[in-house]
Amino acid sequence: MKLVVLAGTQGSGKTSVLLHVIKVLVRDGNKPAVVKVDCLWTDDDQRFDRLNIPVRVGLARDMCPDHFTIYNTEEMLKWAEAEGADVLLNETAGLCLRCAPYPDKCLAICVIDVTTGPNTPLKVGPLLTTADIVVMTKGDIVSQAEREVFRERVLDVNPDCMVVEANGLTGKGASEIAELIEAGMNVCDNIVLRHTPPLAICSLCTGETRIARKHHMGVLRQMDGFTEYRGE
Amino acid sequence: MNKKPILTILGGVDKDGVPEPIRSVEVSPGEILGIVGPTGSGKSTLIADIEQLAQGDTATGRTILIDGVKPDACTRVDPRKKLVSQLSQNMHFLADMNVEDFLQMHARSRGKAECLSEKVIELANTLTGEPIAPHCPLTVLSGGQSRSLMTADIAVISDSPVVLIDEIENAGIKKQEALELLAGEGKIVIVVTHDPMLALMAARRIVIRNGAMTNIITTSANEQHVCNKIVEVDNWLMSLRETIRRGDIVEDMA
Ligand SMILES: Nc1nc2c(ncn2[C@@H]2O[C@H](COP(=O)(O)OP(=O)(O)OP(=O)(O)O)[C@@H](O)[C@H]2O)c(=O)[nH]1
Ligand SMILES: [Mg+2]
Ligand SMILES: [Zn+2]
Repeated sequence: MKLVVLAGTQGSGKTSVLLHVIKVLVRDGNKPAVVKVDCLWTDDDQRFDRLNIPVRVGLARDMCPDHFTIYNTEEMLKWAEAEGADVLLNETAGLCLRCAPYPDKCLAICVIDVTTGPNTPLKVGPLLTTADIVVMTKGDIVSQAEREVFRERVLDVNPDCMVVEANGLTGKGASEIAELIEAGMNVCDNIVLRHTPPLAICSLCTGETRIARKHHMGVLRQMDGFTEYRGE
Repeated sequence: MNKKPILTILGGVDKDGVPEPIRSVEVSPGEILGIVGPTGSGKSTLIADIEQLAQGDTATGRTILIDGVKPDACTRVDPRKKLVSQLSQNMHFLADMNVEDFLQMHARSRGKAECLSEKVIELANTLTGEPIAPHCPLTVLSGGQSRSLMTADIAVISDSPVVLIDEIENAGIKKQEALELLAGEGKIVIVVTHDPMLALMAARRIVIRNGAMTNIITTSANEQHVCNKIVEVDNWLMSLRETIRRGDIVEDMA
């Protein structure tokens, strides 16, 4: 079983690109299954369903979507196995830019929209910096120079990644991504995270609603960057 | 500047999956090739095939060869080795940066000296009537300014041996000078156009219908004569535009 984790901010083109990639994978005789993780709602499963492959949705609700993905990875793999799949494609919600849900033995793909401007690669964090492949989408909307500047910024923060220029509308880049997936390694037991999730428990996490500073405990960070542990 | 390669387009299939009539087109350094056809016929798709050096892996199944052979993967993706520059239909920049910073970063991505940015701005200002300042934010440039800047950027920074142009005529820029600038130094220029002047400046033009290359027309002596006439009219229109912009009175038919 191969595991592909596809992350990226909302609307960056993850599903659009993945739909094209799945067509290539199926054409080449692979058996992909898809799990979409989102926070509150998604209709991506209906889009995947049209390709007649096993599809499942997980909603993280109150949990950090990346933590939810990590916590459920084992279950997703078991499900895909039972469905007779040989590649599990996991599209995440990717909203929490402090965490990255990539295990070590997977193909980690970060999908990023070039129209958000060349400063975006600096803002995305571990989602981008720990990915194996960075897929740039929506290049049809900007000039070639702008795409090249964006690519340079991506390589500034993740020098070892492979950058693929893809298009969710035309399917450009899909065969390249499919090839990389096919060449990828299999998952094994005891996979570990690439990026350590930050320690972020505070009294707000446990239901505090009063805003005044004196009510707060836990790992807390001030506007000036000073971080401390307050409490027992 | 990279070495000057010969580009070959091997035919694929049309929108219905039927093999296209033209099976092979060879383009030599220094040639301007036009691409014509009705809106939606697949002209931009052909440009896209060339831009990504398609290897039978796009919807059309076309293959692009460089000097008669398949290009390697690195040539396809690394901007430092890119054989193809593209001037696209998108007339506006979205990046939240000023002109100078953007050009310097683009030069860096192409492995070129950052000081080339000055030369780009200087050249761009010869193509547009509205001067561009180095500290101007990209997002406030007019369509004509953006096009001029992109054209000069391709000539100076990208400097690839193949240049693709998609519908340049829609912008307020000196078309003929822009095309001559891009075609300089033995580059292959491939231009998608409905504009009679640009189409007839090309030595040959490919006709596209329903996604297929259906014909190649060589520009005749008569067509070249017509082209010269259009250039005169175009220059006259451009000078009238300048007169109006200056707030002067239009004197006569010149
Ligand atoms: N112009 C253009 N639009 C694109 C491209 N890729 C995707 N889109 C559009 O962008 C929008 C969002 O695409 P999705 O594939 O749903 O994005 P997503 O990342 O899966 O979104 P979520 O799952 O909601 O986070 C859709 O309207 C797509 O049609 C592209 O390459 N070019
Ligand atoms: Mg999606
Ligand atoms: Zn998180």
